[in-house]
Amino acid sequence: MIATTPSPPRVVLYEGPGSEPLAAGERTTLIGDLLDRGFRVTAADATASGETVGACIVVGRFGGSPPELAATAAEVSLLDVTGLLPETIIEQVEATRTGEPMNRPEGPDTWKPWFPVIDTDRCTNCMQCLTFCLFDVYGVAGDHTLRVENPANCKVNCPACSRVCPEVAIMFPKYHAGPIDGSPVRQQDVAAEKMKVDISALLGGDIYEKLRQRSEGAKARFSKERDAKQALSERRRCLTKLADAAQIPREVLDALPTPEEIERRTAAAAEKAAAALAARESQTAG
Amino acid sequence: MTDAAKATTDKTTPRILYCRCAYAQVVPPEVKQEVLAGLAASGRGFEAVADLCEMAARRDPQLKSLAADDRPLKIAACWPRAVQGLFQLADAALPKQGVEIHNMRTDSAAEVLAGVLGEPATAASGEDQS
Repeated sequence: MIATTPSPPRVVLYEGPGSEPLAAGERTTLIGDLLDRGFRVTAADATASGETVGACIVVGRFGGSPPELAATAAEVSLLDVTGLLPETIIEQVEATRTGEPMNRPEGPDTWKPWFPVIDTDRCTNCMQCLTFCLFDVYGVAGDHTLRVENPANCKVNCPACSRVCPEVAIMFPKYHAGPIDGSPVRQQDVAAEKMKVDISALLGGDIYEKLRQRSEGAKARFSKERDAKQALSERRRCLTKLADAAQIPREVLDALPTPEEIERRTAAAAEKAAAALAARESQTAG
Repeated sequence: MTDAAKATTDKTTPRILYCRCAYAQVVPPEVKQEVLAGLAASGRGFEAVADLCEMAARRDPQLKSLAADDRPLKIAACWPRAVQGLFQLADAALPKQGVEIHNMRTDSAAEVLAGVLGEPATAASGEDQS
């Protein structure tokens, strides 16, 4: 679970007074290679952030006389890399890490950060995505608005929920095309209703009818969702057609739970969405 | 420069944030490498992260720290809408003013470098430039 995986330490590349600077090429190589291994790097000067969140490794060519650390810098360690080449510096930085393995861009158990990102300027909190998603990615925030609660539950390379969003408000920044990748939403994305037409067709042409029904009130809105057979059939039809259109990896379909589990999850999601909508309506009325 | 003048300069000098997008290949490798080389050769300090998406997913407190700083911020990453959403997801919403986001998915390295190393963003001018 990414939320509990250790954050990568911050490496501060110090080249100020008391340290010999690296050549520009070395600096680029060192920083690039550290980033490709998942580290965060601060190339320090007067404008660099002074924040001290998390562990920090200060790397510099101190000529054998590294500066003394302030007593409060408990999480800061110093690494004198005088005379070392970038690849050796990286080995030494790696050697300072202990404890649980961190997520890495290249690794046997790499988690690719693939999850929905909400454009809150567009989202109307209709909760369609929450109701649609079977993997508990979405949740409801304390103010009853939509929230991406469990990003790591999302199925890598699957953008299906973005296709059910009537407001084009769901992005997947690592998607290959717009507007799902976060590029500006053009009028034709909404007005020409290409996405909506696709979804309407994928769902058998009845999504707008459902949306109209849902707008009549929270209770009525979710009555159909509680029809488990219909919900299951709708979702399977949608996913299969999306997969056929090369938009959803087959692995996602293969990862679908049993019909009974889908029924349970759908009901739970619909209930959560209905409660959030009811709370928002009550807030608005109050 | 007096101490007071230096303090003012430090407050208005933009910070620079570079995202490597290390977990995917959606940013052209030659662009992100050239931007990094330009930053490394500039003599300016900057923050570089492996992947803003990965940090947002873990709701990394370092994002809050980056967003909360009073100084202007210039970001070399991807689509501004996505970057803003990522910070928001991490409960670290970027301020509406004083932030520029330059898009390495669509712009050339020269354009991105000119954006992040160019004139300081100010509260009045700080809207997305991509």
